Amino acid sequence: MRIVITIIGQDRVGIVARVSNVLAEHNVNILDINQNIMNGFFNMVMIADMGGASMALKELQQLLKDEGQNIGVEIKVQHEDIFKIMHRI
Amino acid sequence: MLSVQDILETNRMIEENKLDVRTITMGISLRDCAHPEVKTFCNNIYDKITRTAEHLVATGEDIEAEYGIPIINKRISVTPIAIAAESCRTDSFLPVAEAMDAAAKAVGVNFIGGFSALVEKGFTKGDRVLISSIPEALAKTERVCSSINLASTKAGINMDCVQEMGEIIKKAAELTADSDAIACAKLVVFANVPEDNPFMAGAFHGVGEGENTINVGVSGPGVVKRALEDVKGQNFGAVAETIKRTAFKITRVGQLVAQEASRRLGVPFGIIDLSLAPTPAVGDSVAHILEEMGIESCGAPGTTAALALLNDAVKKGGLMASSFVGGLSGAFIPVSEDAGMIAAVECGSLTLEKLEAMTCVCSVGLDMIAVPGDISAATISAIIADEAAIGMINNKTTAVRIIPVPGKKVGDQVNFGGLLGHSPILQVNKFKPDAFIARGGRIPAPLRSLTN
Repeated sequence: MRIVITIIGQDRVGIVARVSNVLAEHNVNILDINQNIMNGFFNMVMIADMGGASMALKELQQLLKDEGQNIGVEIKVQHEDIFKIMHRI
Repeated sequence: MLSVQDILETNRMIEENKLDVRTITMGISLRDCAHPEVKTFCNNIYDKITRTAEHLVATGEDIEAEYGIPIINKRISVTPIAIAAESCRTDSFLPVAEAMDAAAKAVGVNFIGGFSALVEKGFTKGDRVLISSIPEALAKTERVCSSINLASTKAGINMDCVQEMGEIIKKAAELTADSDAIACAKLVVFANVPEDNPFMAGAFHGVGEGENTINVGVSGPGVVKRALEDVKGQNFGAVAETIKRTAFKITRVGQLVAQEASRRLGVPFGIIDLSLAPTPAVGDSVAHILEEMGIESCGAPGTTAALALLNDAVKKGGLMASSFVGGLSGAFIPVSEDAGMIAAVECGSLTLEKLEAMTCVCSVGLDMIAVPGDISAATISAIIADEAAIGMINNKTTAVRIIPVPGKKVGDQVNFGGLLGHSPILQVNKFKPDAFIARGGRIPAPLRSLTN
């Protein structure tokens, strides 16, 4: 199963590192990263594969939500299908 | 590969424009629960509902979390009780409503629909018992919703029932006078009722449906309004195209949720109801879409045309996004549940008569209309008759959910709470239809050709 991770918030050192770290620890494979900074706001979209993950989607959502709170950004994790179905026929 | 823009757009629709799936409604047939003893029948339906819908709420919540899309309501619709309970030897179906209420509470759904009867041509014994039980059933239960279909294009209008429903609505209001006639917010009177509608208060599990089914109602007026902001001043071709594209996206989400719910629950997928259902929250209003098109305030001249375009474009956009479409499909205009409608009534631009005109081109009818408590039963009946006539002649669904609030006058405010919202009391024409309503009988089915 592929997931989409979106991170939005104030830019600071180490956001990508800390999120990637959580993913690596639980064997979630990052497939694509896209990021930009607009007016000091950090926007990142990550697509990852949970095929070999050591935890369920719900647990990962909670873990990254908590991690986001620690570093002051909002992190959302969603099943990829909601985006695919809306934008592809 | 997904583009970043697409991902951010979807999340903006959810977070800023209040895109949600309004309801997952599980339809459950109760036809195999019939029994002459009411108590046994009630036990049968309680057991069947709680067994079949045991995982409905948890499954809805799982889908909501995984995809990050809010699913506001999880609900149940059942076989019209007038049919399922017909063989009970009783003169009141109140215990049945109480069993439905208890089952709804046990599985955690906020409404259960199907305390219903289909009487467009006439009454059976079960229909009579059900209709006479409505006021008490809605007053003494919290989550039970009731609907009556009293007209159709094929059968005409059952004017005896029209007359009776005026009285039933008054009685339901009186029994819940201390909570602003909340019982009437759970009662809707239809013409040409769809049998697979997932929205309350009119949901029931139709007689042609299978054993059970999953129907999903989508929403998203805020998303349509936001999309139209990008085509300000452009012609109606651009407006229609924008609404279609947006409706397609909204409906795709509904389709995904419906398929997932169906698969996980092991219940066949029925239909997607392509509706724009407003809530009282700011940014979730159908009236504001019409105003975005260029109407100063909903109800002004032009409103009916704007609503017609909206209703049609929503269906066109949504149809291709779903494998099966049904229910009420279109724009809802419930006054108390729409911040823009409430404001329009308050500033004097939206009246009952204009709402009636709007019901000719939108998906349902006069919905969540609060009127003075001293309105006569005959006047309520006549309002129902007018709405039924619009549905019958135009081959469409129409409905009336009217709330005569005891002790309240025009201009007073009434608050139903939650998604049912709040509303000023609307003015009703003071001239009397009593002699018309007193005639009774049936209005014959209309001609379907020579349509002028």
